[in-house]
Amino acid sequence: MQDLNNMKGVTTIMEEKQLTLTLKRLAHELIENHYPFTDTCIIGIQPRGIAISDFITQYLKEMHPEVKLNYGKLDITFYRDDFRGQIHIPSITELPFSIENKKVILIDDVLYTGRTIRAAMDALLDHGRAQKVELCILVDRKFSRELPIQPDYVGKSIDSIVTQKVKVYWGEEKRVVLYDSV
Amino acid sequence: MHLSSKHLLGIRDLLPEDIQLILDTAKQFKEVLQRPIKKVPSLRDVTIVNLFYENSTRTRISFELAEKRLSADTINFSASGSSVSKGETLLDTVNNILSMKVDMVVMRHSATGAPHFLSQHIPAAIVNAGDGINEHPTQALLDALSISEKLGTLKGKKIAIIGDIMHSRVALSNIYLLTKMGAEVTLAGPPTLIPKHIKDSFSINVTYNVKEALEWCDVANVLRIQLERQNQVLFSSLREYNQAYGITKQLLQSIQKDILIMHPGPINRGVEIDSDVADSGQSIILDQVENGVAVRMAVLYLLSGRKEATA
Repeated sequence: MQDLNNMKGVTTIMEEKQLTLTLKRLAHELIENHYPFTDTCIIGIQPRGIAISDFITQYLKEMHPEVKLNYGKLDITFYRDDFRGQIHIPSITELPFSIENKKVILIDDVLYTGRTIRAAMDALLDHGRAQKVELCILVDRKFSRELPIQPDYVGKSIDSIVTQKVKVYWGEEKRVVLYDSV
Repeated sequence: MHLSSKHLLGIRDLLPEDIQLILDTAKQFKEVLQRPIKKVPSLRDVTIVNLFYENSTRTRISFELAEKRLSADTINFSASGSSVSKGETLLDTVNNILSMKVDMVVMRHSATGAPHFLSQHIPAAIVNAGDGINEHPTQALLDALSISEKLGTLKGKKIAIIGDIMHSRVALSNIYLLTKMGAEVTLAGPPTLIPKHIKDSFSINVTYNVKEALEWCDVANVLRIQLERQNQVLFSSLREYNQAYGITKQLLQSIQKDILIMHPGPINRGVEIDSDVADSGQSIILDQVENGVAVRMAVLYLLSGRKEATA
């Protein structure tokens, strides 16, 4: 949180209370469409989608303890199209189930150009043929897509410009901020 | 995060952080190799030439598999059957290959320093796959991965390197790597095959008694007797070598300890190591080979990332 003081043009998009409410709402939308999750699996995208997907799956389990949830984590480092500029250190891929003929819900924190999701779909399809892939996003940066990718579940849509960045703080104090990156 | 070097010429030039980065990345590639589709598209825009001026089975196949699993395009070159026999120089050969838009060079050469020489004259990234009696960095990295998988870490572990130290590039790369990562090293073998001043150059121990080394160590890395590099008599016969310095079942049973046995291959069965030891449960020789692909994928992946940064 400390580096917030050094950042320029900081606007808070979501306070902790609203963030929690929004994530719970997303969980309910998933329940609405997928309960009892027998042929559905939830996959968080490494590294920053994991906090979001952890929260949502935890909440799902509290709401419906009877559900046996297939929950995995997907690292997309080796599938990126921009790694030449900066090497990303790979995180762990953990898919302890087959996605063959399953409905997959991908979860990430921010949707911007769509390139991460493109890489995630490539990475996912190397694990098998999913019956359907859906996308659940906390913050959707509208009108900034470079690929034809749209989310199925959106926490919040925002207007932003290229020089701005969105950051989700997930520590003691949770908060989503928009700031100027230059 | 990048490697501190543009090439992988030897472990000597690497920082401990570089070694750790390569090993951590290799672990993620091991996961990729367990999948039904053992391939990622990371290097689909990269062309790699495998330049082998010396024979090889494991290293060559391992590099080629690593390149294919990263989706790189590969060309294989071996000195025999090429224009090298017509007298073309190393630099000319490489420049001709590079002019066909090749991005990386993996090379093995019988001359010490051949990849270092090349690195001063060409823009492509170079991975040393063994140069003369100098270094074989990817072998040391895969040995390190195999040890840390079995023992959890390298720091503080006791590694004995046994056999023909003098002619072994595997030994030198291993010594550099293990000392950099905080492991303890003892060299063992006949006095004629251990360089006289090596003890003063590194903080390592030397013993001429193999049993003593085995009793001390957690891991024994047994090296091949490199008959092709010896032009003088350094021990009387292979049979005598086996009796004095070979790792036999009997010898292993006489020490009160379960140690791991490693060998970089190819094995001279019945010389430096007996078959019943090489094929026993203590041996992790085939794990080493398996880890070779993941380690080489990590090296190629990390070096290719520097393409634009240096251009």
